[in-house]
Order: sequence, then C-alpha cells, then structure tokens
Amino acid sequence: MRTLLRHTLVRRLVTALATLFGVAVVVFVMLRAIPGSQITANLGIETAALTPEQRASLEAYYGLDRPLVVQFFSWLGGLLTGNLGWSSRAHTSVLALTAQALPVTLELALLTIVLSLVIGVPLGMLSASKPNSARDAAGQVVGLAGLSIPAFLLATALLSALSAWLHWNPNGAGYASPGKDLGLNLEQMVLPALTLAFGIAAPIMRTTRSAVLEIRSEDFVRTARAKGVPPRRLQARHVLRNALVPIVTMTGLQFGYLLGGAVVVEQVFSLPGIGRQVLLGIQQKEYATVQSTVLVIALAFVVVNLLTDALYRLIDPRVRAA
Amino acid sequence: MTDLTTPLAGTATADLPPSAGRVAGRVRAFLHNPTALAGGVITLALVLLALASTFGLLPHDPVAQNPPARLKAPSAAYWFGTDQFGRDIFARVAAGVANSGLIAVTAVAFAAVVGTLAGVVAGFYRGSSDAVISGLTNVLFAFPPLLLALSLASVFTRTWFTVAVAIAIVYVPIFIRVARGPVLSLREIDYVRAATSIGEPRWAVMVRHVLPNISSIVIVQVTLALSWAVLTEASLSFLGLGAPPPAPSLGSMIYESKTLVTIAPWTMVAPGVVIVLFVVGLNLLGDGMRDVLDPRGKDWR
Repeated sequence: MRTLLRHTLVRRLVTALATLFGVAVVVFVMLRAIPGSQITANLGIETAALTPEQRASLEAYYGLDRPLVVQFFSWLGGLLTGNLGWSSRAHTSVLALTAQALPVTLELALLTIVLSLVIGVPLGMLSASKPNSARDAAGQVVGLAGLSIPAFLLATALLSALSAWLHWNPNGAGYASPGKDLGLNLEQMVLPALTLAFGIAAPIMRTTRSAVLEIRSEDFVRTARAKGVPPRRLQARHVLRNALVPIVTMTGLQFGYLLGGAVVVEQVFSLPGIGRQVLLGIQQKEYATVQSTVLVIALAFVVVNLLTDALYRLIDPRVRAA
Repeated sequence: MTDLTTPLAGTATADLPPSAGRVAGRVRAFLHNPTALAGGVITLALVLLALASTFGLLPHDPVAQNPPARLKAPSAAYWFGTDQFGRDIFARVAAGVANSGLIAVTAVAFAAVVGTLAGVVAGFYRGSSDAVISGLTNVLFAFPPLLLALSLASVFTRTWFTVAVAIAIVYVPIFIRVARGPVLSLREIDYVRAATSIGEPRWAVMVRHVLPNISSIVIVQVTLALSWAVLTEASLSFLGLGAPPPAPSLGSMIYESKTLVTIAPWTMVAPGVVIVLFVVGLNLLGDGMRDVLDPRGKDWR
C-alpha cells in the first residue's frame, strides 16, 4: 500500500514537472510575441532612432539574434540558477523583488482562506441542515452575492466609504510588514482579506452544502442515527469528516487562485504583493519582471495543488487505496 | 471496455445527461423554473438596454462632454446623473453593458467552439491527440485565470477584440474539460460503437452522435462562462488593461469614480449596481439552465 501511495505521488510529481515546463514555454512564447521587447523596454521611444548596426549589436547583447530554442534554454537555465532577471526601474534583481512580494501575498491569502472557511463552512452546514427552507434560501442569496459582486467593486466601495465617513484608511500610509509593526500590518490586511473572503466563502459554502446533503443521505449516517449517535457527534464525526474531501479540494483551488488573483485587491489597497508586481511590470513595460513573476506564481499554484492532493489522501483513506 | 458482449447501459450511461427532449418541453420547464426565469428577465432587460445604446436610441451620447452639466445628481434629464465631464451616466452605463457584452460573447463563443471541439477530439480519439490536448489544458490551468488574461492582454495592442481573445484563451481549457469527460463514456455506448462499426466516418459519428449528446452541458457552461467573462472584462478595464478609452466600460467607470464617490456617489453606484445585476442575471440563468437541462448535476461545477 505504501509503495502504491509513493507511486501515485511520484506520478503526480512528474505530471507537475511536465506542466511547469509547458508553463515556461507558454510564458516565454507569450512575452517573446512582443517585437524587440527587451530593447524597447530599456530604451522606450528612443528605439526608433537606432541605426541598424546599433540595433544588431543590442540584439546580440540580449541574445535575440540566437535561435529561439537557444534563447529559451538559456533563459530557463538562468531561472534554475536563481537568475530571474533585473528590474531597471527598481534597481534590483527580480529575485529580490519577488522575495519581498511573495510573503505579503501569502499572508493575505492565508488570512483570506481562514476567514472564508470560518464564514463558508458553517453557512453551508446551516443551509444543508434544512434544505429548501428560508435559511437555505438566505444562504443561497448570500452565496450568489459572493459570486456576483466583483472584488474590485467591493474593495473600492469599502475603501472609499470607510475613509470618507470614518476617516479610517490604514492602507494610506505605506505598507507595514508584520516584523516592523504587527498591529498596523493586521489593520492593513483586514479589509483586503474580508473583500476576498466575501467572494471565496461563496464557493466554499456551496461545496459544503452539497457535500453535507449528499453524505447525509448515505447508509452509514442512517445506521449511526439508528444506533443513537447524538446529533452533534453525528454532524462532526460522521458528516463533516466525510464532507472534508470536497471542501479541502475547493479550498486548495481557491488558495491557488489567490496567489495571482489577488492582484485587483492588492492594487486597490496598495499592498506590495506578487500580483501587483506583475501589474506594475506590465505598466512599466518591464518584461523580465512580468515573465519571471508569472512563472513564480504558476509554480506556487502547481505546488499548492500537489499539496492539496497529498492532503486529501491523508484525510480520505479511500483515495489512497484507489 | 473492449468486450462487446458486456451490457454497457448501466455503467457507461450513468454519468451522461438525459438525452435531448422536445424543445417545447424544455421551454415550458424553463418558464416554470423561477431561477431561470429571473435570470432570463434580467439578462434580457440588459440586452435591450445595450441594443438601445448601440442603435443610438437613448436621449444622451455616452462620450459627448458637456462641462456646464458636470456632476449633476440623478434627475429627469439625467436618469443616473452626470460624471466629471458632464457625460450622461445612464448612456455610459448602457454603452458599457454593450461593450462588456460584446467582449464577453465574443470570448465565450471562441472558447466554447475551440474548447468543445478540442475536448471532443481528445475524448473520442484518445491516444496522442488526447495527450497533447490534455497536457495543454493542464498548462493553461496552472495560471490563475485573471493573471493569464492580464498577461495576455498586455501582449497585444489593445482593442476590444484582443481583450476578447485574451479572455477566450483563459476559458478554452474549461470547455475542453467539460466536453472531454462525457465523450470518454459516450464513445463506449452501443449506438456510437454501432455507428463506428458499420463504417460511418469518425467525424460523422462525432457530429451526429457525440456532439448532440454533450450540447446541454456545453450550453449550461456557456451561460456560466459568460458571467465570468463579464467579471474578467470588468476587472481588466478596472486595472486599465481593458478596451482603450473613450469606449465606456463598467470597470473603468468604477475606477474613475474612486475619487468622486464622496461628492457624487451616483458615479459609483450606477455602474456598480448594473455590473452586479449583469453578473447575477447570467449566474441565475446558468443555474436555472442547469436545473432545466441537466437535473443530474446541480453541483458539479
């Protein structure tokens, strides 16, 4: 049984590596689609004034005159040795920028997931406890609102309303890292995390509701109830435990989305996270930053999915055996 | 599954949608489903609004500036008020719905056609075409959707069409997955195998027997994808990566209202309410269609 587990995980790992290679190819092709990107990025409109010889020497300098395959592998080789490129605006390496931005996004994503679970799971269980009742309908309306109100709208509205009427805008005066000022840092994280959690609690709620409803109709629950297991214990031990598998899957998926999908909220609340780094790179035409950061995010996404997979193998012995 | 003597009915059909019924029955079921009906009414109202804007039937022009009428509150003349340039917000919201709708419909149409065909081919032929298509699907799924749309939108010179293409690429893998799964079990069903064994060409089998059977799943997915596409388009234009100005867009209207909201709250409320209505309408329509067309899988998303 153990070797089997190891085998499946190994297989998943190989697929993940192949996927990552594909991701690298897509990112490379996507950003090479911009003609003369590196040169234009550095020189801007002065590019037009270059003589053909100057242009050729610059192309040789950036390696643009070599075959695309060679360019790809030298870029990939650089990545594997930690060379993510150089940001000329920030005067620092993209690796250093990413090392600063990643923890901000991770903290935001973790807080968001905790909030979403705290909101979504109980609401889903409440909805499922009396299907098609008024409370179920109320739960569904909340869920629909969560799915339909765009994060940028909620973020902008919250920020404008609170700063105008309560004069409360902790995100106004620069980002505070948790090491520097934990209180202020948490204050800055509350609104962004709540905004994101509003959207993410909705799918978690729907998943919880349908999983609980499905499991409640299973034979072993009826048997447990017939045996006289108290309702509270039945909910916790028998129903929720089994509903965990789809909930964990959904949570993992959403956590992965948050790593890059928090870009809008990071932008509105001026949090220097990884999504904002991509956006800034796009706005400033720093393609090395965009290219490497997108790749880092995709890597994180694949890793999170692998971990989710491993986690529900732990929770559900049936998956292990399959 | 090569043993032809095994009856397949119970196993292979179990996860397939019910076969296509009569159109009239479907319409009746749709009209009796409150969710679908509500979604349909909201969506229809917004489509009419967008059409009215496209054909110039509204009293004001969405881009004409009128400085004396800056930041006027909603009134009989300006139903949703005016913005900082004196432009009529109702006209701008209507034009924004038209623009977002055009981009979303184009993107989803492209994604649905390409994704469904690729999914059917992958599921029907298996083998190397399946390996390539599924591999590509995995790669595209490794990007958070908004981030992929953002990066793609930054590559092209921006027009409404390139924004639509960027969004389409994000949704292609979803349609591939939605189509491929049922085709895997469809290809093992007796009448499909029979059609193949009497020598019908494979493309004919796909068009005549496979595609009609996955049509309801694809239709439901199209409605839901439309709501995500509207959200993605609005997020992109909020971030300044949507269709270029002066074309009004709901996302950029909300971005511009950020500094105005305390003195002129209607500049945010109007586009905000309309975009939420738009997405709610499409979501309800999608959920309702799923109840009507595909009663088995209420929660498979």
